[in-house]
Amino acid sequence: MTPESKQISPFGLLRKLFIKVGVLPFFLFIALVVFTLLSPRFLTGQNLVNVARQSVYLVLVSMGQMLVLISGGFDLSVGTSIALTSVVSALGMVFFAGMFPDMIWLAIALGALLGFGTALLVGMVNGVGVAYFEVSPFIMTLGVSSVGAGLALFLTGGVPVSGLPFAFGDTFGFGRVWNVPVPVIIAIISIIVMWVFMSRTRLGTQIYAVGGNIKAAHLSAINTKRTLMISYMICAFIASLTGLLLTARVESGEANLGSSIALESIAACVIAGVSLRGGIGRVENVVLGGFFIVLVQNGMNLAQVSSYMQMVLLGLLLILAVIFDQFRYRMIMSGE
Amino acid sequence: MNKQVLLCTQNLTKQYPGVLALNGVNFDLAPGEVHVLFGENGAGKSTLISMLAGANHPTDGSIEFNGETVQFSNVADAQDIGIYTVFQEFSLIPTLTVAENIFLGWEPMIGPFVDHRKMRKRSTEMLHELGFDIEPTEIVAHLSRAQQQMIEITKAFHGDLSVLILDEPTASLTDKEVDHLFDFIKELKSRGVGIIYISHRIQEFARIADRITILRDGVKIGTVSMNEADDSTLIKMMTGREISEIYPTIKHNPGNETLRVEGLRTAGIFDASFSVRAGEVLGVAGLVGSGKSRLFRSVMGLTTRVSGSVHLNCKDISHASTADIIRSGLYYLSPDRKAEGLDLAKSSNDNLAVNLVMGEKNTNNSQFINWKAIAQRTQEISDHVEIAQQNRNKIVSQLSGGNQQKVLFGRCFGQDVDVFIFDEPTVGVDIGTRAALYRLIKELADAGKAVIVISSDLPEAMNLAHRLLVLAHGHITADLSGDEINEQQVLKYFFDESGEKI
Repeated sequence: MTPESKQISPFGLLRKLFIKVGVLPFFLFIALVVFTLLSPRFLTGQNLVNVARQSVYLVLVSMGQMLVLISGGFDLSVGTSIALTSVVSALGMVFFAGMFPDMIWLAIALGALLGFGTALLVGMVNGVGVAYFEVSPFIMTLGVSSVGAGLALFLTGGVPVSGLPFAFGDTFGFGRVWNVPVPVIIAIISIIVMWVFMSRTRLGTQIYAVGGNIKAAHLSAINTKRTLMISYMICAFIASLTGLLLTARVESGEANLGSSIALESIAACVIAGVSLRGGIGRVENVVLGGFFIVLVQNGMNLAQVSSYMQMVLLGLLLILAVIFDQFRYRMIMSGE
Repeated sequence: MNKQVLLCTQNLTKQYPGVLALNGVNFDLAPGEVHVLFGENGAGKSTLISMLAGANHPTDGSIEFNGETVQFSNVADAQDIGIYTVFQEFSLIPTLTVAENIFLGWEPMIGPFVDHRKMRKRSTEMLHELGFDIEPTEIVAHLSRAQQQMIEITKAFHGDLSVLILDEPTASLTDKEVDHLFDFIKELKSRGVGIIYISHRIQEFARIADRITILRDGVKIGTVSMNEADDSTLIKMMTGREISEIYPTIKHNPGNETLRVEGLRTAGIFDASFSVRAGEVLGVAGLVGSGKSRLFRSVMGLTTRVSGSVHLNCKDISHASTADIIRSGLYYLSPDRKAEGLDLAKSSNDNLAVNLVMGEKNTNNSQFINWKAIAQRTQEISDHVEIAQQNRNKIVSQLSGGNQQKVLFGRCFGQDVDVFIFDEPTVGVDIGTRAALYRLIKELADAGKAVIVISSDLPEAMNLAHRLLVLAHGHITADLSGDEINEQQVLKYFFDESGEKI
């Protein structure tokens, strides 16, 4: 990275790259080679644009997950936030559309607000549990995800909520501005906001500090409980945004949306070099991490790997990434 | 001195990333001898014994036991041949009983089952033999630190013991308990056990030591036999300079009262009242467990207060949160830089930046950070606390203890502070860095800040302080100033209440 790097041996450079950004560039390279060999349709402009569009949802959730991981916890309930948002906002939109049939956009806005509110409540419960009652993030978010999933199914009776205003799906699911899909635009805006938040604001710096060493942060005048709480709430909010976009895409409120996204988003973050010990992680890498996971799924689809086998591979990928993360952490701590 | 050698090391060396912790040390121990290891924090004593105990592996050099080269892959290997170490950090499981701890890994069995009755009976016998008055069925977490130390020592008596290594065993014991321990060391000596004894307390050496080996900065300075050693030679060998060169003279210009604590009560602290003035250095001394650290942690709001009031510049901060207390101008430097002082996986600059970001004056209270201004201030602070240029972008875990401590000191310059509380400011720090840190303390006092130095290192507390608080068993037993600050006086108050109250 620096001009004065002592040796320019290829191995030394790879080692440096690994320490700097983690395992992602290596995984990405391997994935590109393997899937290009397996399927001629993989490495085409059309397919990659397709992957970029599909990866919007995972990229968004991964950024929220990253925030919580950096703060030193993790959030298994992102899928639940998505499902609850979907169900509640859909029910809300249908209800308000019936109330104000002439003002369809008001109904959409009110429904969306209800969805956001519900997810923020989920984030708040997580935050209160982790920060104030010091429940382990694993148990807290696992518990909340069961509660939320149950509520979502209870509210709908397990039946998708249909009859959403057409304008909603047409705009947020399939709409385009300057020929760019609306979800992609929303994702790009979110990425920029997130990047500024993490690298330029006091709160972002506090989240890094809390994850790096919570006691040291406490002794540096940081309100650690509030910081943790905000991390979980932002994570839930971004998941909720994703939930709305997915609802618009499927044009109905569904309680089973986002069922596998907790695992996928954690995998995306870890592969992108976010430390499970907290304190380390970068927005731009996580975006690439989310993209990578979707790329692998796309490649496996093209290579006709069965969806059951895909689950197996995704799990293995996560474990492998964590093992590499351990190596990297040891290398960082013990010096070049 | 007989020429028989029980345990010896040849050219023993330990290299950590960035630090040469031990450099070519030759050390030997005869049977029936008490060999004291003497040196400052960070001199390499702990590194040396950790390798003798099998907890650590030498980078170079060898260890010989009864004339044969031995290699330990773990502590159990060393214990198998009779080398037992009582570390400062206890290896007790707090949730188990005393008997279970003593027999951990050696449980007496009936077939496949643990024989609890036999375990209790043997524990009672062992504790009785050592003269320790502890119930074997007690849960270890409920015991005092001194009692836990006794259990730790009791654990050493499995199988045939030939070398016993004691790392600061008296640090948390009362006089009576120390007498007991020394009797018992004599008994072991007569059985031919070799004892390596680490301690800071020179006054103890005359009572038990045969020989003393002095280490400084990882190098062996020399070995002297007890009858030819006196206190000032030992101190000079330990520090490499006269005491006057280490401690700066701090002028005493007391200003207004800045911090006032009245009737503070918390777990283990009874009714503490004191005050500090601007421009004053207040030393705080006491044994481990005397509550000297706990008192100030409670002032900082880190532990809950039962009653009492704390005023900073006439502002009541008795019920404020830690974050608010720091913002009102009271800074606490943690004694444990790894656990609660630094973010070890970040660079020195990143660590300093956190406090600058939190310090109001550098951000104009905006939620956005001006990184350029922060970088500028980071540089100034690094220059001020003398962090070497090449260390500023290094991950903190790769720095030596002394350099880490400089970063920790640097952190308190990021915020607007009137009263600094330094809890064990030079723990595990080499002598050069110590002198630099003392100069910083002097500068702060000269600039009219109030500085509180809590220290287990008595010379440090005595030499820096204008006034000295002594704590024993959660009570402030003395508030000394001027000529009253001398070792006899202070030690008297250390033990003053040990027999009487609580």
